[in-house]
Amino acid sequence: MNRWEELQQAAMNGRLSRRQFMAHAAALGVTTSLATGVLAKAGYADEPKKGGVLNIGIAGGSTTDSLDVTTYTDSMAFNTAFAMMNQLIEIDPNNKPIPSLFKSWEASEGATKWVFKVQQAEFHNGKSLDAEDIVYSINLHRGEGSKSGAASGLKPISDVKATGKDEVTITLSAGDADFIYPISDYHVLVVPKDFKDWSKPVGTGPYTFGAWDPGVSANVKKFANHWNKDRGHVDEVNFTCINDTAQRMNAIVAGQVDIIHRVDTATIDLIKAVPTLALVMAHGGYHAIYAARCDMAPFNDPNLRLAVKHAIDREQLLKALFNGYGAIGNDSPIPPSDPYFAKELEQTKYDPDQAKFYMKKAKIDGPVVLSASDAAFNGAVDAALLFQANAKAAGVDFQVKKEPGDGFWDNVWLKAPFCESYWGGRPAATQMFTTAYKSDAAWNETGYKVEAFDKLLAEAKVTVDEAKRAPMIKDLQKMVHEDGGAIIPAFKDWVDATATKVKNYQPHAMFDLCNGRAAEKVWIDEA
Amino acid sequence: MLKLISQRLALGLVTLWAASVLIFFSTILLPGDFASAMLGQQATAENTAAIRAELGLDRNVFLRYSDWLAGAAQGDLGLNWASKRPISDEIGPRLYNTFFLAIYAALVAVPVSVFLGIMAAIRQGSVFDRGVNVGALMTISVPEFFLGYLLLMLFAAHLRIFPVLSVVSATTPFFKHLYIAFLPMMTLVLVIVAHMMRMTRASVLQVMASPYIEMAYLKGLPKWRVVVQHALPNALAPIVNVIALNLAYLVVGVVVVERVFVYPGMGQMLVDAVAKRNIPVVLACGLIFAVVFITLNIIADVLSIMSNPRLRHPR
Repeated sequence: MNRWEELQQAAMNGRLSRRQFMAHAAALGVTTSLATGVLAKAGYADEPKKGGVLNIGIAGGSTTDSLDVTTYTDSMAFNTAFAMMNQLIEIDPNNKPIPSLFKSWEASEGATKWVFKVQQAEFHNGKSLDAEDIVYSINLHRGEGSKSGAASGLKPISDVKATGKDEVTITLSAGDADFIYPISDYHVLVVPKDFKDWSKPVGTGPYTFGAWDPGVSANVKKFANHWNKDRGHVDEVNFTCINDTAQRMNAIVAGQVDIIHRVDTATIDLIKAVPTLALVMAHGGYHAIYAARCDMAPFNDPNLRLAVKHAIDREQLLKALFNGYGAIGNDSPIPPSDPYFAKELEQTKYDPDQAKFYMKKAKIDGPVVLSASDAAFNGAVDAALLFQANAKAAGVDFQVKKEPGDGFWDNVWLKAPFCESYWGGRPAATQMFTTAYKSDAAWNETGYKVEAFDKLLAEAKVTVDEAKRAPMIKDLQKMVHEDGGAIIPAFKDWVDATATKVKNYQPHAMFDLCNGRAAEKVWIDEA
Repeated sequence: MLKLISQRLALGLVTLWAASVLIFFSTILLPGDFASAMLGQQATAENTAAIRAELGLDRNVFLRYSDWLAGAAQGDLGLNWASKRPISDEIGPRLYNTFFLAIYAALVAVPVSVFLGIMAAIRQGSVFDRGVNVGALMTISVPEFFLGYLLLMLFAAHLRIFPVLSVVSATTPFFKHLYIAFLPMMTLVLVIVAHMMRMTRASVLQVMASPYIEMAYLKGLPKWRVVVQHALPNALAPIVNVIALNLAYLVVGVVVVERVFVYPGMGQMLVDAVAKRNIPVVLACGLIFAVVFITLNIIADVLSIMSNPRLRHPR
């Protein structure tokens, strides 16, 4: 298929906006009249079509799920929650912040004081949104008694105040030019003041609560008075929890659902064979990681770390783990899709000679053991064995210890000297570093405690000038790449599938299902 | 007879209590607890401590068990830690789904397997007998999720007769439920028919070797009558036991089928609860399963005794 045909296909499947299509068409040298003709045929309207029922098949649900925003972790719960409640700030497909319930913001005093203006909106129960609701919603994730997964990201907040009916002021204990990103954490959704009944969430979102059967299904219905006219086009959305991968593929092929995520890349041809289905791929920050603790034996020896980094065949792992749908990693958690990605860094390759060289210099006392479990990521145990085989051929010997998935995050992660893990990626590079690479980060899985790194990170966070920030963030990546304990072989693409009648389904770098907001962004056009 | 039943019931209650102790303490022994399991990778010292304080997870283990027992004895199964709602409200619909599927499968499987078993016994050694045996062995050797996938591939994906997902809710009408649950039901039937059929056949054949059967033939009775009226009643005891065991499996052991077909039953609920150390739910499900097993076993014992006059009226 040549480029023009590919472009037409993308337009027919509704995967590009008008502007994107015209831009690409112009670049290909296609005449405007021909391009507009194709757009008309593809059913592009500036007006989204209202109405219809959307069926989404979601993996990542369990009967223990709840819609409590402080504790939810997985897709079924937060996709349903996102349909009913709004965030303060959203992240767009290019990792840039866009206003949501915070319609504008201003940072001052070295990025320690942030003043936000609140959007006018109505809750499902008729109440008007005001600053007090927002203060309450943020405080759910702060403080001693908070169960929230967002709490550590919001720790720098020293005070949140309603400084007006539609104004909120947040003071930070340390300046952070990227504070927008922690406040857009997927846990922080807005509910009315003192709201606690998570079995029937009330929010300002385009859909109201219909039904919720944890681990099975959820239903939401359109809310007529939603503040954002660009969101919420369909009348009703049904979420069905389909954890079984083969069944997820079956469901969309048989037409029982209109959208699925986590497409099985091994059987992706099933989807390609159906003309009424389209694939949507996004490059994102999801990565698998072998975390070697720099503060424990044996990986406190930097030579061993370097040896191991050269003993892994990254292309092979990308193929084995993600079927080639992704990008190879360079031992830094910042993906190629990030605007601050350090592309100048030399890519560490599988180099048995270099590995043997570093092994000679390394002083190892006792066996090196990699703790592996499928709880870390799908296919993790097989990946560990593959890694072991690569390494053996390069003269680096280690054992693989298979750990039970049950209790893996409790007992193995953060405790074993060398274990597997994963990250879903963060929209801001500094956020990723703060979450897992800063000396005192709760989730510093590589035990990376370098003072120079912490200082540079803190500096990058308060620097607003792009020209000065970019080199700092690139330096941070260089430090982790050379000296850190993170062995990151590959990043995974998000792969979703939709029926072609679903329009405006945009790929998003941060997460699949249009970053969890597919239900409100898409519309159905049977034409 | 009455004395027997009441004895069995009393023993059943003791077994129930022992089961609850075992379930509770073995779940406690598993690494991690509800707080760390729910939060998974997002756990920090603070948020896990907050959840623990809220649910009283740091209290003395024996105290927690006795509190639970006191509540359960009065019918209060406690709150589901994940949703903070009473378990008795939540477990109802899923219990209904599980029993629906189990009874649906049993109603098809039991008559079919007994009939096939008797026919195979009557025509022992024939092509029919061999064919039925081979078929049974094949279905029992294949894992149930694979059988499920095969049925899905044929009937749902290719022929499009049945839906791919068997999601039901509280509002699904009865006949629609029958239609939606057809494929999971067929999978379960294929899994259990083999065992019951072969046991029926073996038991009938064993009785057929007795002298009184030879007498019946010599009297000139037709074969079918000999088997059904004379041999079968004496062969019933082991058959009934096997049926009871399989029925118990239909309620308790079908989590794999539930997952493949996305059918909201109790198996998945129990597995999720154990994974997240959601102890009240684990105990509730465990108790219900124990009750099912015990009841079915009592019924099987009673039926075996009733079918054998020597045991009915002991001298």
